Amino acid sequence: MNDWSRAVSARRGDDLAPPIDSVTGNRGLQIEEALIFEQDSPGHCGVDLPEPAPFRSRLGGLERQGPIGLPGISEPQIVRHFTRLSQKNYAIDTGLYPLGSCTMKHNPRLNEKLARLPGFADIHPLQPVKTVPGALALIDTLAHWLKTLTGLPAIALSPAAGAHGELCGIMAIRAALEARGDRRARVLVPESAHGTNPATAAACGYAVDPIPADETGRVDRAALEAKLGTDVAALMLTNPNTCGLFEREMIDIAAAVHAAGAFFYCDGANFNAIVGRVRPADLGIDCMHLNLHKTFSTPHGGGGPGSGPVALAASLAPYAPLPWIVHGSDGLELIEHKSGPAEHSLGRLKGFHGQMGMFVRALAYMMSHGSDGLRQVAEDAVLNANYLRARLADDLSLPFPGVCMHEVLFDDRFLKDTGVTTLDFAKALIDEGYHPMTMYFPLIVHGAMLIEPTETESKALLDWFISVMKRLAAVARAGDAARFRSAPEFTPRHRLDETAAARKPVLRWRPEPARREAAD
Amino acid sequence: MRYLPLTSSDRAEMLAAIGAPSIDALFADVPEPARLQGPLDLPRAMGEIEVERAISSMAARNVAAGSVPFFIGAGVYRHHIPAAVDHLIQRGEFLTSYTPYQPEIAQGTLQYLFEFQTQVALLTGMEVANASLYDGATACVEAVMMAGRITGRRKAVLSGQLHPHYREVCETYARFVGFAVDAQHPIPGGEDLAALVDRDTSCVVVQNPDFFGEVRDYSELAQRCHEAGTLLVIVVTEILSLGAIRAPGEMGADIVAAEGQSLGNALNFGGPHVGLFATRDKFVRQMPGRLVGQTTDAAGRRGWVLTLSTREQHIRREKATSNICTNSGLCSLAFTIHLALLGETGLKRLACLNHAAAVKLAERIEAVPGVRLVNRAFFNEFAVRLPRPASEVVDRLAERGILAGVPASRFYPSRNELADLLLVAATELTTDADIDRLEGGLREMLS
Amino acid sequence: MSLLRFTRDHEWIRLDGDFAVVGITDYAQSQLGDVVYVELPEIGRRVDQGKEAAVVESVKAASEVYAPASGEVVEVNDALAADPAKVNADAMGEGWFLKLRLADAKELDGLLDEEAYRKFVEEQH
Repeated sequence: MNDWSRAVSARRGDDLAPPIDSVTGNRGLQIEEALIFEQDSPGHCGVDLPEPAPFRSRLGGLERQGPIGLPGISEPQIVRHFTRLSQKNYAIDTGLYPLGSCTMKHNPRLNEKLARLPGFADIHPLQPVKTVPGALALIDTLAHWLKTLTGLPAIALSPAAGAHGELCGIMAIRAALEARGDRRARVLVPESAHGTNPATAAACGYAVDPIPADETGRVDRAALEAKLGTDVAALMLTNPNTCGLFEREMIDIAAAVHAAGAFFYCDGANFNAIVGRVRPADLGIDCMHLNLHKTFSTPHGGGGPGSGPVALAASLAPYAPLPWIVHGSDGLELIEHKSGPAEHSLGRLKGFHGQMGMFVRALAYMMSHGSDGLRQVAEDAVLNANYLRARLADDLSLPFPGVCMHEVLFDDRFLKDTGVTTLDFAKALIDEGYHPMTMYFPLIVHGAMLIEPTETESKALLDWFISVMKRLAAVARAGDAARFRSAPEFTPRHRLDETAAARKPVLRWRPEPARREAAD
Repeated sequence: MRYLPLTSSDRAEMLAAIGAPSIDALFADVPEPARLQGPLDLPRAMGEIEVERAISSMAARNVAAGSVPFFIGAGVYRHHIPAAVDHLIQRGEFLTSYTPYQPEIAQGTLQYLFEFQTQVALLTGMEVANASLYDGATACVEAVMMAGRITGRRKAVLSGQLHPHYREVCETYARFVGFAVDAQHPIPGGEDLAALVDRDTSCVVVQNPDFFGEVRDYSELAQRCHEAGTLLVIVVTEILSLGAIRAPGEMGADIVAAEGQSLGNALNFGGPHVGLFATRDKFVRQMPGRLVGQTTDAAGRRGWVLTLSTREQHIRREKATSNICTNSGLCSLAFTIHLALLGETGLKRLACLNHAAAVKLAERIEAVPGVRLVNRAFFNEFAVRLPRPASEVVDRLAERGILAGVPASRFYPSRNELADLLLVAATELTTDADIDRLEGGLREMLS
Repeated sequence: MSLLRFTRDHEWIRLDGDFAVVGITDYAQSQLGDVVYVELPEIGRRVDQGKEAAVVESVKAASEVYAPASGEVVEVNDALAADPAKVNADAMGEGWFLKLRLADAKELDGLLDEEAYRKFVEEQH
């Protein structure tokens, strides 16, 4: 029985009176909305465009023939369509996202205003560089902030997201090793790592060698050192790690990695815990990607866009991807080819110059906080997470007791013999008005629940969240499993059949056969 | 500080509840040599007024494209974006929501992504599309890697007319990921790519309209590729062109990798943009990126979920089809809304206006003595040969307040044979006055 | 006479003369959850004992299926393409994955018999 069918049977077995059905299927402000393809008024258009004057086509006879199949709809209907869709989404603007490893902090609106200034939004990457000195200045300023915060001397800004930054880092490491004639075959990755880490290492041709965690939830240093050798290119470590714990032995680990001739890559997804209080360079790392959409508040936008700049030690800086912005004799220069200082660059990872829109937002965020404010961010993030840990320690179960950093990891032992799984618990949390925590990650703990409140949540909200979690844990232990299995009940949709979606994928709308025949 | 809700009394209460004497106690695991004693050497916190002043002054130093006659394309295009688009994408439920991993509370995102996937499939004439990649260049290299997985072959043949950034990205990935790239020279004009296909060729990659703006029919190349067991990848950097010219799917493309920036997304100095990726149903399990699928919920109602996730990094880890996690989210929403507003007739008319503007521009500057149009056919961008190095002409015209296009030498600084080549684009925003200024400027400079 | 053996990775192999049928055990399918897709090898492919022969996917996981013995793939269960749920419904029968022409039947000697496998599964809990 899968989660979905359990949910169906749990609801059927419920002896509460069924909810009143509306005539429309709507529920007050929750309005059912068809696909745009189902609202077609052929010939209609939501944009008024002038009629082109007659002209001689120069398309070389390759005019598109026949209909594309796009629906025609007026502006009022489009605005209503997307507004209704938006109302079916949870968002940071709605409430807490206790998602470990995601850093779902408030997205300041000043950032949106500044990114839309015509001087940033309406400039083309290929304008003569003399016409965009302010753009280079902004990028250079951002680079300066990130280098200062990480303690590393160079930064590659073009990667489009964290995973892209990881690729950049591992490619730079491989380039550096090849430049010294040293081909190595293995990359060490903790078992608790985010999936992008082994995916990236494997993509770059390395064999991934997993390292287990020790009983404190940190990487097993003895196991790690035993695996070091002359065929190890790099260690990829997240710090704080994915269990929310600071890797205390990082400096010694760095020394061992370097003694073996390898490089130390740090996944910076959890930088929010230490920004302004620790410089990763002081821990001995050689490169680190940052997620501007995590630590530096650029909005998640339902899945993107992000930005994943990579800070680099001097040993890796020559290999940074294009383009480079350097301080020349005449001001800032844009280097777009492998020449001059950039002759050993590993090349391009992306078109054009990087996620400029996210650079503006991140710099506005950093300037708003300042060095003192950013330090406070890390402190409040760590404080909030420890507050949750302390207040929920007796109601849930902690695999690694003791101080955590910006996120706290629970496992599912507290749900033992209740018939309620981590998934069921998370779905019940949705009915209470909260997005669930990160579930089943990291993999080294059973039924993981990773909670990261971030620093932009008030104590009052945390107290509410704590009381809900305590109550749900108590209800689960009291034996009301059915309530969890049928959750969520109050959302626009109940649990969805993911098995059917994967067995018979329907990945686009298609017109009904009857209507297709009528059209023929 | 305006974004930090905790007060000092909150902090004190919370420390007491935790049983920690101070915040420093919570950082005790940080080794001593790595503990920063105070804030780093960076400016202190600023209010909105000061931040706005500082950042606006940087913006003010840039020449905005809309303030001058503007003819730059080469992979990023300036179009009108209806006002409704930016308002809708700034709704907090879109702007500040997360990846739709909890589908019950993300049907808004999932439904629009399903609409986006359908729009991309229809536009490109392909069977299935994903929920976006970072940009056109990374979509292109993902297509090459996918062709390698499907065919089991190591080598990709790249047209010389492929956007040079896209080629460079392929070359970077080829070196580190471990495949080969046979990139042709950028000669505007014909190539015989079919002759380069052999048993080790996974795919041939072409662009339409190409980097020099030329429009071609690749149906015959598609056939020759398929006879050899090779896939055809067609790249589209100006997605609006598909409102006027034959779709890649109709020409026999196996994978389409495109840049969607022209719809819904501003220039933004090159990012964030939105990578489009479409293919045939039979290859769907080899596709990178997220996919949204339709299903039903426990109450029997239609809904949507992320699906076929086992291809992705968070499950398959080292065996994933790609390491991509975050994609282009909000940029794909902007694309969806803009295209929904345009609809069938609006898209075709907008494409027509673009071509008409380019035709008018071509007629006017072809008439300037010394200027020779290279293209046989074009959509909204073309290449001209000038009697002087194009980079000089562009720089001098920029000094006079005209952004005249991109010299090919910006991409190919060492290719002397391209030094006189200028790429010029026109869109629905190009006015007669703009064309007058460019024509006048060229006449003056080239006389 | 048919001989049934099991691996510690929860594959089964049933020997029938020169050929052997391979699948995943009922315990494996229960751990996996609903099977949504099975990636089967090409006919004629050589597989080695202990190396990947197929992949079985559920919504949340993808698992390698290792060949319990070395040999040549002579047949695969095409019915799984249309109905992967067979693996859940009847893992030991209709949910079979592939048939091998064995390279060396003696390789089965090192595998677990039904009783030993049953004990092995009990120890997992």
